[in-house]
Amino acid sequence: MTCQCEIKNPYLPYQMEILEVVEENPEKDLKTFTLGFLNEADHGTFLYTPGQFAEISVFGTGEAPFGIASSPTEKGIVRFSVKKVGRVTTALHILEKGDLVGLRGPLGNSWPLEKFAGKNLVLVGGGFAFTTLRSLVCYILDEENRKNYGNLTVVYGARNPGQLLYKEELQDWSARPDIDIHLTIDRPVEGWWGKVGFVPAVTEQVVTSSENAVAVVCGPPVMIKFTLPVLKKIGFTSENIFTSLEMKMKCGIGMCGRCNIGNKFVCKDGPVFSMAELEKLPAEY
Amino acid sequence: MYEILKDDFFLWLKGQLGQKEILAPRLKEEGYLFLPWDGEELELTGYTNTLKPVKDAFFPQWEALIRYRMDKGKPVQVMGENPATKPLILFGVRPCDARSILLLDRVFNGPKYKDQHYRERRENTFVISLACSEPASTCFCQDLGISPLAKEGSDILLVDLGDKFLALADTLKGEEILQERPFSPATPGSMDKFQALQGVSRQAAAASLVPEILSGELSQVFVLPLWDEIYRKCLNCGVCTYLCPTCHCFDISDETTDTEGRRVRSWDSCMFGNFTQHGSGHNPRPTGKERIRQRVLHKFKYFPENYLAVACVGCGRCVAKCPVNFDIREVLKRLGGCQDDMSM
Repeated sequence: MTCQCEIKNPYLPYQMEILEVVEENPEKDLKTFTLGFLNEADHGTFLYTPGQFAEISVFGTGEAPFGIASSPTEKGIVRFSVKKVGRVTTALHILEKGDLVGLRGPLGNSWPLEKFAGKNLVLVGGGFAFTTLRSLVCYILDEENRKNYGNLTVVYGARNPGQLLYKEELQDWSARPDIDIHLTIDRPVEGWWGKVGFVPAVTEQVVTSSENAVAVVCGPPVMIKFTLPVLKKIGFTSENIFTSLEMKMKCGIGMCGRCNIGNKFVCKDGPVFSMAELEKLPAEY
Repeated sequence: MYEILKDDFFLWLKGQLGQKEILAPRLKEEGYLFLPWDGEELELTGYTNTLKPVKDAFFPQWEALIRYRMDKGKPVQVMGENPATKPLILFGVRPCDARSILLLDRVFNGPKYKDQHYRERRENTFVISLACSEPASTCFCQDLGISPLAKEGSDILLVDLGDKFLALADTLKGEEILQERPFSPATPGSMDKFQALQGVSRQAAAASLVPEILSGELSQVFVLPLWDEIYRKCLNCGVCTYLCPTCHCFDISDETTDTEGRRVRSWDSCMFGNFTQHGSGHNPRPTGKERIRQRVLHKFKYFPENYLAVACVGCGRCVAKCPVNFDIREVLKRLGGCQDDMSM
């Protein structure tokens, strides 16, 4: 056993200040929180990779896990987009700029960037599950990193334009030559300039080749269910399709026992899995 | 191998009281419990095992992990909660429970994540076990290949040889104690007696209750018709998990007043419906069927795959205390495990 002085309390969160709150949808139940480290020194120790998650503490209410929506290339801040669903998210939605929260992490594995290097990337997202895909897009579009990856194709859909996250950024990306982005909504709406149709159909239209490519799919289960056969048809193998899972979590470090699927803990062995890995596990998620 | 006269041992144990707290099996109304011992005579005739396992010496049923202050107009102050552990001797632990500590170590003291509170308590605790001579009817350690004379997980294991104890160490800490008086090297006669006892227990441990099928593909194990059946009488009360020496699932929740808060960890159970229920209402294990399958497979498939050991030590508490007589041994036998009926 090593010296006990090395052991830190893994449940002690970083102290974070809410720097900005952005309402993402007209219903106002989807908000993006930009957090800054209260103690400057902590910033250097919170080192993460796109695809990882962290536990946000709302003091007085509790803790819940969220995928990190910012990219490590965005220095000094950590960003999360949170839908108001349960107790912690409701309490978080009441907080404003200047309020303090806790942050514990980064936790879990990440998008396998080493496997993505040199490849064409197809990212398929739906609804408010686009968070860690945003992290990935921002990371790849960073000047330092862009040259390490091939073509970047993004298909992102939501029920209606109001439900798309990061609207301004999506506009910016649409104007860039180094990313091919296709936005889609379920039904036509006046003034909408993107595509109309479900994500799987749009994916089939715009993604023509799986050559030297990997695909990443994040969205509601029904979207994933119908997108997978499309990707397979285009030629993607299970080894080259990745997704991220959500589970009820508490500890986030593989001890509390609730987020396992078979012998894999989503918090520790995930949240990112290849379809090949998931095919070996029961669909208990 | 060492030995000590029983009288001398209890005198020595009493001598430890100055520096350490001692928990020993004490008879209460319903049975034995690990309770503080202050030196009076211990009544151990009829002691097979304690009602509750030893896990709460390291992983208490309830404990604060962090605390915080939320004073108006001031930033929230967050502090780690100090586990404030005292040096402890656990006396009278049975070999099955001692082994369970090693299993919990793999979870709470892993290569990547270490639980500070668990570690501090573990390092502060000295485990003195008592080998079993007469297992209870619900005991099945030997069917899992665990000897009632096993020293694994104990700092010192004592084996009853009449007026004296044979003493074996499984740790350096234990070995250091045994090298000094009042312990003395075992006489050839004592060693012979121990070997005879070992021979008897080895004979009994011929069968393995761990089913072969569980080392196969999960996709096949997961859909066995047995799961549709065995959960029906289960009440999902969770008593099996609370009394299990290796069950370690927990919940984390905040307890707060207007200005203060504590983030606490408390035992939880995979047998409860809300254990895995998402905030959205979706539940990957919605019925007793999925939950009992999880409990059995976690112990006998997932844990062995992740930590290279079955997460059951055969203490039989879950069998003894289940209100509807759910018997894990029956499940294992139906899955193909063999039990030597001689040992029951």
